[in-house]
Amino acid sequence: MSKKSLTAKKKTPDVVNKFTGGNWVYTKEVKEHFFKPKNLLWENPDSAKFDAEGIVGSPACGDVMRVWLKIDPKKDRIIEFKWRTFGCASAIAATSMLSVMATEKGGMKIDKALKIKPKDIMKRLGGLPDRKIHCSVLGDKALRAAINDWFKKTGQYERIIVEGSRVIDPDTKVTEADIESAVIEGVKTIEGLQKRTKVGIGNPACLDEAEQLLRFYREKYFGKEVSLTN
Amino acid sequence: MKRKRFYFDYAATTPLDKKVFLKMKPYLEDNFGNPSNLYEAGRKANQAVGEATDKITKALNCAPDEFIFTSGATEADNLAIAGIARANKEFGNKIIISAVEHKGIMSVCDALKKEGFEIVKIPVNKFGLVDLKKLKKEINSKTILVSITYADSETGTIQPIAEIADIIKKFKEKKYSKPYTLVASGYPPYFHTDASQAAPYLDINVKKLGVDLMTLSAHKIYGPKGIGGLYIKKGIKIKPIIYGGGQQSLRSGTQNVPAIVGFGEVMALAQKNKKAEFKHVKQLRDKLGKGIFKTIPRIILNGHPKNRLPNFLNISVLDIEGEALLLYLDEKGIAVGTGSACNSESLEPSYVLAALGRPYEYIHGSIRFTLGKYTKDSDVNYVLKNLPEMVKKLRQISPLNLKIKNPQKISQPKAFVGGKTPHFLKKK
Repeated sequence: MSKKSLTAKKKTPDVVNKFTGGNWVYTKEVKEHFFKPKNLLWENPDSAKFDAEGIVGSPACGDVMRVWLKIDPKKDRIIEFKWRTFGCASAIAATSMLSVMATEKGGMKIDKALKIKPKDIMKRLGGLPDRKIHCSVLGDKALRAAINDWFKKTGQYERIIVEGSRVIDPDTKVTEADIESAVIEGVKTIEGLQKRTKVGIGNPACLDEAEQLLRFYREKYFGKEVSLTN
Repeated sequence: MKRKRFYFDYAATTPLDKKVFLKMKPYLEDNFGNPSNLYEAGRKANQAVGEATDKITKALNCAPDEFIFTSGATEADNLAIAGIARANKEFGNKIIISAVEHKGIMSVCDALKKEGFEIVKIPVNKFGLVDLKKLKKEINSKTILVSITYADSETGTIQPIAEIADIIKKFKEKKYSKPYTLVASGYPPYFHTDASQAAPYLDINVKKLGVDLMTLSAHKIYGPKGIGGLYIKKGIKIKPIIYGGGQQSLRSGTQNVPAIVGFGEVMALAQKNKKAEFKHVKQLRDKLGKGIFKTIPRIILNGHPKNRLPNFLNISVLDIEGEALLLYLDEKGIAVGTGSACNSESLEPSYVLAALGRPYEYIHGSIRFTLGKYTKDSDVNYVLKNLPEMVKKLRQISPLNLKIKNPQKISQPKAFVGGKTPHFLKKK
């Protein structure tokens, strides 16, 4: 091989994203938010400076997201969203993107913020590799945890969201609705469900219930003949 | 955009030595013959394969017909384990491996389990060394194979191969008591070791080590990818895992002649330069390690502090996640490995580091630097200049502040889970 062809080889990127054909494992939006995180809480956290706070995840499982909010009670809008995240590139980028979504255009209405779903964040990030989807599922939960915290602090008990539906895993705040939508998206096994939703991570006691729900919704949407043994 | 590369992942693969490539080139072009053919082109190819075999077997101190070329270390590992297991059923069904074996060993053992073989994994201590007492206890009359890596691919901790060989030898002498001791060596249990990582730096003389089978890989020692091999001591019963035209008798398929030529060359080179390269990488690795521990707080060393390959430095950076750090380093042109779950297809953190008793918080933040013969002092300086800043930034992004008074002493996987089991353990 000539010198020229060796140099040409060097230019070839090491990692090619099979989803976008780009030069990096992730999209350029993910890259931007990963290397230049927006609305990060740089200084030491001082709860007194914020109206509410929320945290989800567990360090043993590789993802922890912590969110601090300032809320305008008159307009019922988020005016500041600060965060810190322990996790991989997609987890960091997802929280950063969420903070932008929540504070852009004069701040998001609380009711709207409560409805943010992982796929909304993923869409803004230009997509994530399939096996990385679970990394983005905690951000919206951390935001809802923080808003709930604000509801409690301000006595708006009637507004407290019990996670859309019943919370199955108190650690990761996975709900029955999360399991239902995972099944609709094609999750077949409890392992698959864990990869998608992180249910039972660090809290295996809830796995039996999660498995029952998985079976229930599999049967509901795909019929009884579906086997869960694979 | 061309940027400078700072490659610190020699345990993953190494660049092909350009001198070796030049030796391979004629066999990719003019001398394209099939070594099985009798006409001139075939004879030339066959001769090249023979010469390469000689170079390799000379390094191993074995006969040329005791070495089989494979597509790489994974195939060699598979052949060693499955080939021995299936050929020696009459002697027993027990296979003993360590908890820090490569996936090439682990996965074939999982498959053999389904065929009715008993697989026993010997635990390692906090430095990654195999528990020899447990190993001794586990070897019984049903044992047909023991496979322990020479040095694992994550921490580079070196196992006492000769000592293990001795344990097996003593067991055999007892099992096949007089007057059969002379033939004992030809019967199970056999001893296999994967020397893929160890080959460039440690003694690979099979007679001195006392192994019956040994795996080698070319692309870990500046050779081409797609070629490796297995030493199999004469007289050992082994079945093929690939069937075909009977080339190399045990391993069918037309030989990958250019790759074999390259493999032979790198083995000869590695033998010649072993001492100098050992010194070179060790000096730089130690400088890198010392520098990192000096400038960055709350770092933990994974693996044996002294008894590990001279080019390995596996550390855990607390509070941050390995994949994130890997990508920050990549942005500066630095290539490293990580045991983080997020970097693996399985989304499980490194089982090797878990076997050392590392809590999962540590494993998620593990980074593996592996050096090689092309690593320069300036490369190490570059890492030492850039790494502290990146760690600082990622720690600012992280909400964690794992408070550990004496982190080196913690060796329980569940230390931080609050007594709860994480998802990747639940399955087991």
